[in-house]
Amino acid sequence: MPFELSADAQKRINEEIIPRYPRKKSAILPILWEIQEEHGYISREGMLYTAEILELPPAHVFGVLTFYTMYEQEPIGKFHLQVCRTASCEIMGCKAISQKIRDKIGIESGQTSEDRLFTFTEVECLASCEIAPMMQVNKDNYGPLTPEIVDVMLDELRDHGEAKAAQRCL
Amino acid sequence: MPLVITKNFGHENSRAIEVYREHGGYETLKKALEMGPGAVINEVKNSGLRGRGGAGFPTGVKWTFLDTKSGNPIYFCVNADESEPGTFKDRHIMNNDPHLLLEGIIISCFAVGSHKAFVYCRGEFHRQIEFMWKAVEEATAAGFIGKNILGSGFDIDIVIHKGAGAYICGEETGLLSSLEGNKGQPRIKPPFPAIKGLYDCPTVVNNVETICAVPWIIENGADAYKAMGTERSPGTKVFCVSGPVKNPNFFEVELGYPLIDLINKEAGGLRDGVELKACIPGGSSMPILTPEEVAVAKMDYEALNAMGTFLGSGGIVVIPKTMSIVSLLRNIANFYAHESCGQCTPCREGSGWVAKILQNIDAGRGRHGDIELLHDLCDNMRGWAHKFHPIQPWLKKDEGMGGGKTICVFSDALAWPVQSYLIKFRHEFEEAIAKANPSAAVPADISESRSVAAAH
Repeated sequence: MPFELSADAQKRINEEIIPRYPRKKSAILPILWEIQEEHGYISREGMLYTAEILELPPAHVFGVLTFYTMYEQEPIGKFHLQVCRTASCEIMGCKAISQKIRDKIGIESGQTSEDRLFTFTEVECLASCEIAPMMQVNKDNYGPLTPEIVDVMLDELRDHGEAKAAQRCL
Repeated sequence: MPLVITKNFGHENSRAIEVYREHGGYETLKKALEMGPGAVINEVKNSGLRGRGGAGFPTGVKWTFLDTKSGNPIYFCVNADESEPGTFKDRHIMNNDPHLLLEGIIISCFAVGSHKAFVYCRGEFHRQIEFMWKAVEEATAAGFIGKNILGSGFDIDIVIHKGAGAYICGEETGLLSSLEGNKGQPRIKPPFPAIKGLYDCPTVVNNVETICAVPWIIENGADAYKAMGTERSPGTKVFCVSGPVKNPNFFEVELGYPLIDLINKEAGGLRDGVELKACIPGGSSMPILTPEEVAVAKMDYEALNAMGTFLGSGGIVVIPKTMSIVSLLRNIANFYAHESCGQCTPCREGSGWVAKILQNIDAGRGRHGDIELLHDLCDNMRGWAHKFHPIQPWLKKDEGMGGGKTICVFSDALAWPVQSYLIKFRHEFEEAIAKANPSAAVPADISESRSVAAAH
């Protein structure tokens, strides 16, 4: 499958991102981000594209892309539920939050629901401990959560595309 | 006490450049440009400002280590990879006052002669990265960033760089590896970044909060800054309090502030019905404190070192009586096992092994000898860092100054909590092991399974 990237993204990569850095190789993370923003994940073709424009061995790009946890290598759901599982969040009850998601959507951490609406991932500390237990849904933080709030939140996301039951925090 | 870092947080629309300027923003930059680089460095040096990311190294001194004779460009990197569990101050700084950070960067770059700065933000800070870019655009339009700023002849370019999920990129040389387009794997020091850093050029790496103190110091002078805090830990610090307190939040107070007051006054005290079991004073890497220690602890570098722990990033985690210390340590060990970059064997294998033993103990599958085995593993994971902190009670005298078992302090950062929890709360581990049934299954929700976002 040929790899396609919008003209806008290509322009940003060539005219803004690469020139920002004294050495081209530094543009690897931002380019991978551009691809993920547009496609939702980084396919093998996206990885090869990055290698080509940065004149790097594909193995290097693959090594970098798999080192970092935030790059997806296959399509994920419309809503990425990332539940923090680290210290303060466990003290404040994140296990019950994860359990609610498992029970309600029927998926384990790392899985996507059959309707492609939800991907659930337990992640390490999101530097938002004051709102523990919390989760990040796509780009926004929500907390403090309770299983009851999460219950409503998941319905809201499914039915309306946005969650109002939980407090959204920057 | 005047606020240094959070002074603008209460202003409406505080992120906007107009609001920042209404409250005197970018005026200090003008003053710095008139003072000249040497005077700025001296002021920061005299202020005694120390790195707020965890290590506490004097900032002005770090700047003077830069190799200015190499002829190579000097790079300035800001560490906004805030990932130490329990810490969330930098996120709030970027949420509330991105221009303070930019002004700090511009002044600092002018001081050290750098024309290119990178702010390395952790990838999960999607919104904060947007705020930072917006602030860069505003400051560029206003003439504070770019060529010949304010007619000074000084050029400065600031790039916001988005990470992609890796705790280790908060280690300064891991950050540099990542910024160069590699896996975020730390490098052997020396050479230190001040000599060979980004692209092998002299480089400064400073934490967000550290750089945000610079404008205040230049505006008010080193003596005013030193008037706050303690003699060797001057100034203010933004502490983060999380756990079952009434008002979990960040609080800017003078260094040397009593820990118990941070919990009981600033954070509103424990929630109703909650009793204190323990407290982590400076992020999950730091040795734990008992309630007796919490009652007397002062939050400055020296006072905490004297108690065998560290100020670290200032992330205070309050642990209630109902939380099992075994479970908490299992959680923390899982974090480190997941985040180890994998380069060094003692760290890669040690963190995974420690995590597995703790998963077993926590699941009721502990074995006699596990406590000793954990200590033995940790002895082998602690590298060079401990030589700077010879007061910890569990260090053996004959261990000497050697070390160098790992490239960075990551494995130390797991060994410290493990050994301190084992010593101070040994009875909990003993009880769990005494009750153990070795054939019990490890529940999925406590094992460091592949279900946590893929390990590095």
